[in-house]
Amino acid sequence: MSSMPNFVLLRPETAADAVRLRAAHPDSRFVAGGTDLLPNMRRGLVRTPAVIELAAVRELDFIRRSGDELHIGAACTLAALAADPQVAAALPALSEAARAVAGPTHRASATLGGNLCLDTRCRYYNQSAFWREANQFCMKLDGDGCRVAPRSTRCHAAFSGDVAPALIALDARVDILGTGGVRTLPLAELYRDDGMAWLALGSEELLTAVRVPLTAGWQSAYAKARVRGAIDFPLSGVAVALRRDGEHLAILRIACTGVASRPCAIGGLDILVGRPLDAAAHDIIALAIKRDILAMDTTVAGMAYRRRATAVLAKRLVDRLWQEAG
Amino acid sequence: MKSILSLTLNGRLREDVVPHNTLLLDYLRDGLQLTGTKRGCDGGECGACTVLVDGQPRLACSTLAHGVAGRHVETIEGMRRSGRLDRLQRAFHENLGTQCGFCTPGMVMAAEALLRSNPTPDRETIRSALAGNLCRCTGYVKILDAVEAAAREEASA
Ligand SMILES: Cc1cc2nc3c(=O)[nH]c(=O)nc-3n(C[C@H](O)[C@H](O)[C@H](O)COP(=O)(O)OP(=O)(O)OC[C@H]3O[C@@H](n4cnc5c(N)ncnc54)[C@H](O)[C@@H]3O)c2cc1C
Ligand code: FES
Ligand code: FES
Repeated sequence: MSSMPNFVLLRPETAADAVRLRAAHPDSRFVAGGTDLLPNMRRGLVRTPAVIELAAVRELDFIRRSGDELHIGAACTLAALAADPQVAAALPALSEAARAVAGPTHRASATLGGNLCLDTRCRYYNQSAFWREANQFCMKLDGDGCRVAPRSTRCHAAFSGDVAPALIALDARVDILGTGGVRTLPLAELYRDDGMAWLALGSEELLTAVRVPLTAGWQSAYAKARVRGAIDFPLSGVAVALRRDGEHLAILRIACTGVASRPCAIGGLDILVGRPLDAAAHDIIALAIKRDILAMDTTVAGMAYRRRATAVLAKRLVDRLWQEAG
Repeated sequence: MKSILSLTLNGRLREDVVPHNTLLLDYLRDGLQLTGTKRGCDGGECGACTVLVDGQPRLACSTLAHGVAGRHVETIEGMRRSGRLDRLQRAFHENLGTQCGFCTPGMVMAAEALLRSNPTPDRETIRSALAGNLCRCTGYVKILDAVEAAAREEASA
């Protein structure tokens, strides 16, 4: 007896072979740790004739320093990322975000690549086939329209990975391997504001590595609101990176997750550079967050709560980092 | 499609013909009748299916059987020592860390992974290591007591 739909399993040993196989099998899917894809396949949310398993592609499992960047392979597990002393010392937001994903058993197999390419989530989508059918499905799969915003022409499923906002706040870039070679782009550009097509990845493309600048003097942190502290996806997650120069902000970056179809970099913060972190600065931050996030009714906690939680988490992190840097 | 899967299971080398789409959990329970590993949810939520792969805890319900080819897999059936309960199993029994018992195999395997890497964990470390294992009966306190007792026994042995 099998609880899984039928498919052929392919097990390449190099990244180049993985990409070739993906190109040769049009509707195939990569599987890394499997902690997102396999439960989704079991629920009938993902249907594919071929699964390309990345576990044997050892070349993508690394954390290494290269000049003033840290390079992290897509197959690096979140447990390894969370336990790495270099990451904890130089990039605390990344370490904290990796540690905040799911439970310890998930993190032992879950990978960085899988976390960044995580499917978007919605309470009308992450359900059994029986439940979804009773609710006439939705546009993300098998149905029409968005149940969360019935008049919307787009899907509002939320990107809920914890690691992406930390990496976006830290100005990370990603290496993507396709049949034509490698391209590198800012991580924020990997994402689209569309719950059905949230990744700007070509159909055969494989995320191979992340490059994070090791910029001196940056403080960073990640925090999330969730139902159970032990295990849950973020209702809202916020990463902050800042540099303090005496009594002035020299750099401030904020990125959020769980509150839009993509992890969003909060814009318009550059006007705070050269200014103190006072009440007016906090008002500007709160307004920018309100403007850039789009928390919809996609999870168990309501929209108003998640908007407020996002602003509160950001304020706490900014205050904490500012004080620590003082 | 099927192919041959070879792996080490509870210390013994095995080869079986296994369909590609088989989850490790279905291979163990339905293929090999090793029903100690439990299915507690429809995927990734509860930890009842926790086994060890090369000593690391792993959710058998979210792992393909062929994904552990060539690796060392350990299940609750491999925990007994010369026909007797292992120290963790005995500690769960003696400290009432098990009630209905459904979560117990997963709890024991997750605790085993912890004690192998950290034989003297404090209570907070035990809590974090078992954070992904849900129990509907005990309220967790006695489970933490049991793991602490097993660690103490190991330290004094
Ligand atoms: C109970 C539970 C709680 C969870 N809680 C959280 C949480 O709090 N925060 C969180 O962020 N996640 C959470 N998750 C989701 C998941 O466990 C993690 O996001 C994990 O990091 C996914 O990584 P993976 O390697 O297991 O991905 P997989 O399941 O292997 O893959 C996920 C997706 O990414 C694609 N993919 C994988 N690698 C690559 C690559 N290199 N290039 C291109 N595409 C790729 C796959 O095709 C698939 O579509 C939770 C899951 C469960 C079951
Ligand atoms: S059966 Fe529940 S996590 Fe595997
Ligand atoms: S003892 Fe019953 S679920 Fe834990």
